[in-house]
Amino acid sequence: MEVFLQVLVNGLMLGGLFAIIGIGLTLIFGIVKVINFAHGEFLMVGMYAAFLLTTALDVHPYTTAIAVIPLLFVFGMLTQRFLIQPLMNARDDHIQIFVTVGLSTALINLALLVFGAEFATTPPSGLRTALEIGPVRVLVGQLVVFGAATLLVVGLTLYLNNTQFGRAIRAVAQNRAAARLMGINVNWVYIVTFGLGAACVGLAASLIAPLYPTSQTIGTYFVLIAFVVVVLGGMGSITGAFLGAMVIGLIDSFSAYYIGSDLREVAVFTVFLLILILRPQGLFGGRQTLSHVS
Amino acid sequence: MMLEVRHVDAGYGATTILNDVSLTVDEGEVVTIVGANGAGKTTTLRTISSLIKPTSGSVLFDGEDISRKGADEIVEMGITMIPEGRQLFPDMTVRENLMMGAFKKSARAHQADTLEEVLDLFPRVHERLDQNANSLSGGEQQMVAIARGLMARPRLLMFDEPSLGLAPIIVTQVFEVIDKIVATGATVLIVEQNVFHTLKAADRGYVLENGAIVMADKADALLDNEHVRKAYLGI
Ligand SMILES: Nc1ncnc2c1ncn2[C@@H]1O[C@H](COP(=O)(O)OP(=O)(O)OP(=O)(O)O)[C@@H](O)[C@H]1O
Ligand SMILES: [Mg+2]
Repeated sequence: MEVFLQVLVNGLMLGGLFAIIGIGLTLIFGIVKVINFAHGEFLMVGMYAAFLLTTALDVHPYTTAIAVIPLLFVFGMLTQRFLIQPLMNARDDHIQIFVTVGLSTALINLALLVFGAEFATTPPSGLRTALEIGPVRVLVGQLVVFGAATLLVVGLTLYLNNTQFGRAIRAVAQNRAAARLMGINVNWVYIVTFGLGAACVGLAASLIAPLYPTSQTIGTYFVLIAFVVVVLGGMGSITGAFLGAMVIGLIDSFSAYYIGSDLREVAVFTVFLLILILRPQGLFGGRQTLSHVS
Repeated sequence: MMLEVRHVDAGYGATTILNDVSLTVDEGEVVTIVGANGAGKTTTLRTISSLIKPTSGSVLFDGEDISRKGADEIVEMGITMIPEGRQLFPDMTVRENLMMGAFKKSARAHQADTLEEVLDLFPRVHERLDQNANSLSGGEQQMVAIARGLMARPRLLMFDEPSLGLAPIIVTQVFEVIDKIVATGATVLIVEQNVFHTLKAADRGYVLENGAIVMADKADALLDNEHVRKAYLGI
């Protein structure tokens, strides 16, 4: 029973990690309708930034969020404005895919050039210390990630439902032409949304940096799971992405313990494919996409 | 002159639809554009809204050339279009749809007052405020679309086929609402398949054929015109 609880908690913590990375991706997909293949590299950029700031300024890694979030926000806005927007009216939507894939490759190579092949290890600052809560142990840093992911879901949902600009974002997702007739600057909404999605991953970067060593491939590793999470969540649903992340985290954790840790990815993707075949709209899809946050 | 469309050519991509279209709407006037399917009526309204840009000619509002401005700026300046086919935000409540109507800065401040005024015109909409827009009937959706347009407190209101696809009894209700709006002294440019009713309500009209204005006159004169009667009134 104690082992079961521990595996359960491990799964949820892992879910929190996948969620905090996936939320930005699902936001961008749900509103701008662009699949950001460079999302993982946004995370990488943020983690390197967190690493540099932490070591250079000798501050707690979390403090770097003050700089990393705005940095990624601007980075996301620039990506939308100068890479995606010029192609938005292109006859072929696939061009946008190539652009984000290209951006991803460029960022990976840039990081290799700047940081070399070695891992950049952000000081853990006590965040890898285990907390004993009853029979289970969790890392302080993991708990924070989980809490932050939860708050991010709640905060974004409140923002999208209760502010004028948040509603405008949803309006653009639901009917772009009508949104323009309301006087909404659709291109600006896309720019801000892309920025917000990138800012989410900026927050993730500052929280994850002390837990995982940063490398050029860190984004590739995490983003594959983030895509699974987004699809499971019903493509563009924030709550769905969060729940999808929990499902994947639990499958990962349980299969690692009960089947064998080298088979966990097999388990995750087998379940993913099964769900895709049986419920192509995603586990939580169909209702709560970003066009309809509730 | 409030609105002046001057020798406009416009279309989609390489296809030119409008050829040398000119029209005017003065403050307080109700003007209609009559034309067959595909004549270019919607395209004309879209050009005024700056959803498409003229390839030549210009659109003036209060004497200022607005043809290069963004669609959002046009709305901000006071031109609102109630589009063909309602175009609501389906997964938003009626209330949220109306709030989006008042998105532009100058309308946002008066949002609560405007909502009250607008809801007075639409008792049925009032009852449905917290329902999702996609759960409404076609007629109710059209009422919401009109109410949403009014939320912007436009100086020039453009209707594109407000009665399209509605049952006769609902059509009557839509016209009653439009008549009420006209009675407030609003400036209106309306495109409507129900030519007879619209010409009755309008001060002036234009006849658009194959993307060109072929006739422009007082509404009563158009009602009496042989060509209009044959081609558009079926008399
Ligand atoms: N988005 C578009 N892309 C290309 N061509 C278009 C587009 N919209 C309309 N057209 C073409 O432009 C012409 C004029 O269309 P428009 O919608 O302005 O006509 P309309 O007078 O409003 O007709 P209706 O009474 O059917 O609404 C038509 O031939 C139509 O096929
Ligand atoms: Mg039309």
